[in-house]
Amino acid sequence: MHVERELPSEEARELLEVVADLARRELLPRAADDEAAGRFPREIFRLLGEVGLLGLPYPAEYGGGAQPAVVYEQVLEELSRAWLTVGLGLSVHLLACYPLATFGTTEQKSRWLPEMIGGRTLGAYSLSEPDAGSDAAALRTRAEFDGAHYRLRGTKAWTTHGGHADFYTVLARTADDPDHGISCFLVPGNAEGLRFAPPEHKMGLRASPTAGISFDDVELEPERRIGAEGEGLRIALAALDVGRLGIAACATGLAQAALDAAVEYAGERWQFGHRIREFQGVGFLLADMAAAVASARATYLAAARAADTGRRITRDAAIAKLVCTDTAMRVTTNAVQILGGAGYVEDHPVERYFREAKALQIVEGTNQIQRVVIARQIAGADAATI
Amino acid sequence: MRVVVLVKQVPDTWSPKRLRPGDFLLDRAAADGVVNELDTYAVEEALRIKEKHDDTTVIALTMGPPPAVEVVRKALQMGADEGVHVVDDALAGSDAMVSSLVLAAAIERIGFDLVITGVESTDARMGVLPAMLAERLGAAQATLAAEVKVDGREISVRRLAGGREFDVVAPLPAVVSVVEKINEPRYPSFKGIMAAKSKPLTTLSAADLGLDSNRVGLAGSATEVVAAEERSAERARVVIHDEGDAAARIVEFLASRKLL
Repeated sequence: MHVERELPSEEARELLEVVADLARRELLPRAADDEAAGRFPREIFRLLGEVGLLGLPYPAEYGGGAQPAVVYEQVLEELSRAWLTVGLGLSVHLLACYPLATFGTTEQKSRWLPEMIGGRTLGAYSLSEPDAGSDAAALRTRAEFDGAHYRLRGTKAWTTHGGHADFYTVLARTADDPDHGISCFLVPGNAEGLRFAPPEHKMGLRASPTAGISFDDVELEPERRIGAEGEGLRIALAALDVGRLGIAACATGLAQAALDAAVEYAGERWQFGHRIREFQGVGFLLADMAAAVASARATYLAAARAADTGRRITRDAAIAKLVCTDTAMRVTTNAVQILGGAGYVEDHPVERYFREAKALQIVEGTNQIQRVVIARQIAGADAATI
Repeated sequence: MRVVVLVKQVPDTWSPKRLRPGDFLLDRAAADGVVNELDTYAVEEALRIKEKHDDTTVIALTMGPPPAVEVVRKALQMGADEGVHVVDDALAGSDAMVSSLVLAAAIERIGFDLVITGVESTDARMGVLPAMLAERLGAAQATLAAEVKVDGREISVRRLAGGREFDVVAPLPAVVSVVEKINEPRYPSFKGIMAAKSKPLTTLSAADLGLDSNRVGLAGSATEVVAAEERSAERARVVIHDEGDAAARIVEFLASRKLL
């Protein structure tokens, strides 16, 4: 199904055409096999890098594309429509670059950003810990300054690209202060003392590696601290706004893929002498799915436009994440229903979409946490909490 | 070195194609126009030659109605330096002979050492244009190239024809058509998309090329489609009822259409 997109420029329209073409040729044909085999498509990210997608939002002076959120979020949607592992992976990479690009000094940006967004390297974002998930501020990984270096010790969990990334943006505790005790670090993937647990065996997104990381006295030069000591939680929360918006776009792409599959099947499957889409029970289901996908897209694009004005989008991003991922869950569930038995077997992609949608209701803050954020925002509470 | 690479806009392979009633010309408005995929290999090869040889200019050339400029733009986005679009209402309906006349005139005007084309276009599928161009330009021709090396004033080509390989060497100027096997075309990058905006793109008419309107288009063409009939979807359908040998018959059917 053709998706009409509103884009702010001719070059953005042309870029989306390239992305859709690349997704159709390079992602679609291999997504099912690689997901079944749990194979991470690292070379696909190199290709995205060559096209310039790994630095799309970031400043041109560091080699980025300087594109607004309304453009790169739609790139994420288009990639996720073909293969969520790739769309989500790009979202995570862009999230990992965000703290340095936004809070780094000119010197730090000149030193690291061109390589991070240049297309050859891939990033990961490491905030969660075994005992600090929704309550991220409870994290216990420590970074102690020994007078010359920071030394990182502790354990992180659920890191997308863990073991495959070239750099990790890591939040660690530099003091016990609950609000101002966390700092942000840029850790090279080949740092001594960095160890990765075997990838998790997940319900879906099996081609996207998720791993725990242990920091066994990892030595970091002080220049690798992004922002001031104690500023880490503020950085992490700002980054989460961006990450949540990205997940919203990815979820919309996944929902669109499920809708596409359901529409196609309902037009080909005959029962009682009719194509099943001609039965109102099926037609209404498809109509509700189409309405939900369009609403999800409108919601994340509204948040993207808000982000492009430069204002803080904590509430908008939480709403978009909640709406789009719940939509993806509902639409993928109904896609399985429309395909019936065919939807429950691996010959069709919808059972995979259904499994993948579940992850999106959990990552970057569960949808319950999104509600907490929204509730606090509408109550006028301090924007800096969660 | 000046490398002219030919690109053509064709109807999207996935959209239904139709001939116009009356003149039986391809109804280009009925389907989405896309770049002839085989031409993207030609563009890629031209860019690889440019990357290996300093002072090389790659010029993407097309002939076609106004929307065809899109395929020149795509070549510029991939990395070609300049674009030329030959566009003129008088050119509508040009057959291969006339197309080669017009394109040869454009190529001469552009100036060239090497012309690279795809092996054929996915709409007409004649594959004769490269040879016609070489003849009109008085240049050497090496068609069906699976490998191209340019060395000084000479070109070495590995031809892939009839399932066999032939190595040929020719002096420049030359016309080369390339097969899909030759490379993996790049995707335009975002930087390429931005850079393409400021690259020179020239539009030429038949008159600019010194061609009278009676020598081009339908008027100048030696061939003409005089009749066409729509293929019925019903007749295209073959139903195989299983009488114990359905699998074998399906294989036979697919093989007869060269799908196996």
